[in-house]
Amino acid sequence: MTQQSVTPRRGWERLLVRAVFVLALPALLVALWWLASDGSTNVFWPPLRTIVKTFPDVWTRERLRSDVWPSLWRLACGYLLAAVVGIALGTLIGSYRRVRAFCEPVLEFLRAVPPPVLVPVIMLFAGIGDSMKIVVIASGCVWPVLLNTVEGVRAVDPVMTETARSYGITGPARLGYLVLPAASPQIFAGLRQALSIGIILMVISEMFAASDGIGFTVVQFQRSFAIPDMWTGILVLGLLGFVLSVVFQLVERRVLGWYHGLRASTRRSR
Amino acid sequence: MVKGRSMLDVRGLRKVYEGSGRRIEAVRDLTFTVEAGELVCLVGPSGCGKTTLLKCMGGLLTPTSGDVLLEERRVTGPPPGMAFVFQEYGRSLFPWMRVAENVELPLKQKDLPRQRRRELVRDALEAVGLADAAGAYPWQLSGGMQQRVAIARALAYEPQVLLMDEPFAAVDAQTRADLEDLVRRLWQERSMTILFVTHDIDEAVYLGERVIVLSASPTVVQEQLKVDLPAERDQLHTRVAPRFAELRTHVYQQIQAAKRGSLRDGLTKSDPPPATR
Repeated sequence: MTQQSVTPRRGWERLLVRAVFVLALPALLVALWWLASDGSTNVFWPPLRTIVKTFPDVWTRERLRSDVWPSLWRLACGYLLAAVVGIALGTLIGSYRRVRAFCEPVLEFLRAVPPPVLVPVIMLFAGIGDSMKIVVIASGCVWPVLLNTVEGVRAVDPVMTETARSYGITGPARLGYLVLPAASPQIFAGLRQALSIGIILMVISEMFAASDGIGFTVVQFQRSFAIPDMWTGILVLGLLGFVLSVVFQLVERRVLGWYHGLRASTRRSR
Repeated sequence: MVKGRSMLDVRGLRKVYEGSGRRIEAVRDLTFTVEAGELVCLVGPSGCGKTTLLKCMGGLLTPTSGDVLLEERRVTGPPPGMAFVFQEYGRSLFPWMRVAENVELPLKQKDLPRQRRRELVRDALEAVGLADAAGAYPWQLSGGMQQRVAIARALAYEPQVLLMDEPFAAVDAQTRADLEDLVRRLWQERSMTILFVTHDIDEAVYLGERVIVLSASPTVVQEQLKVDLPAERDQLHTRVAPRFAELRTHVYQQIQAAKRGSLRDGLTKSDPPPATR
């Protein structure tokens, strides 16, 4: 161990070091992009300088309301729907071996169908409004949640299960105090995968028969050859993904605090 | 509590595991009684079906034949009058709950009012010397402390019978001695009925008022032995008392005899098990 890591650092100092670590690579990449594209005269590859200049003109308050908000709303609805359905079905399937044997082949098939392919089909049933897009998002997000929940529920420690039984913790209490918390690390792994799938499907669903949304806007700009504007849309999507993943991490750290502590303590004791 | 009343009755208990073409007779024929307020230790060679027996008694396993009676009532599922302390403390406490929540959870299931639950939790944690750890997570505690939490959870449940399945097998020797004294003290203070399963002969003699020696699997009762050591026991003096040495030697011999029995039996183990008994 080096001397440096032994000396206790003050809080803000540690924060600063962490910030440098987190920001160094993004800053480097942006700088590279800036330099590489600076003299570009290619219409499809505008200088980053132009893109940044265009940004505030495109992403006005008005557009946030008319395009970003609908996208986020549909993403939230689809994602939550997938989470609820995935956890509920996953718990059911994971709890009963018979149900699992019965459902497994069908699940494997459905999971293998790429959700974008379903868009035309879902359009036939759910129309072209918000509900179609929500269903598309949910139909893609549900699989990682469902499959991870099944695994998590299956893996509940038998000693804990017996403890619960011996103390009369059965039925809904067993679910709430034992099964779901025990499976929660796995469930969160599924939710995390589902989040990135959800963002992708949010964009894709807006490329079909839409009249608003970030994906719609990006395609609109591309079709009207407003290339710098299109690039700003891509930046917005990237930033959105980043912010959502940070929010997700904060929630996860809160809910799974016990899990990270437990893992750290077992690592120490080895 | 009136002593001499039978609290736990095991009658002709037999358990055969069947699976994938193999029949394993874990427990053959067990009959014994535990009186109210008694501290009984079950000791036997390793792999003798002690855990199977305890799970049958706790209603976690259904015996193939025979009965377990708790205060004359047949045990068919985990009865509310029994509390379990498992060997694997780390896997028996819920790591997503704090110590106090772990102790409180079974009480919630009993529908006790909040005030009463708090009292019981505080009292139980104090009894095991962990009043300060109420807000900690189990994995922040040492193994011995975790097992104390599991004991506190059982105490707060206010069981008539406490079933302990090799609870100290996984803790270090010094902690183990402390926990043994804790069990003795709690038993005396709270006049509980305790059935303590162990493979450690010294532990069985030190703790028990009575020791039931089990044979090797398929299990029968090899011998029942009254431990006529004084009620006040301590690690320092009791363990060097001549009577202690005599008793432990006796139990040791019995277990050796039981093992030899199992060797004989082991030769016939691959054969189909004999028709009952």
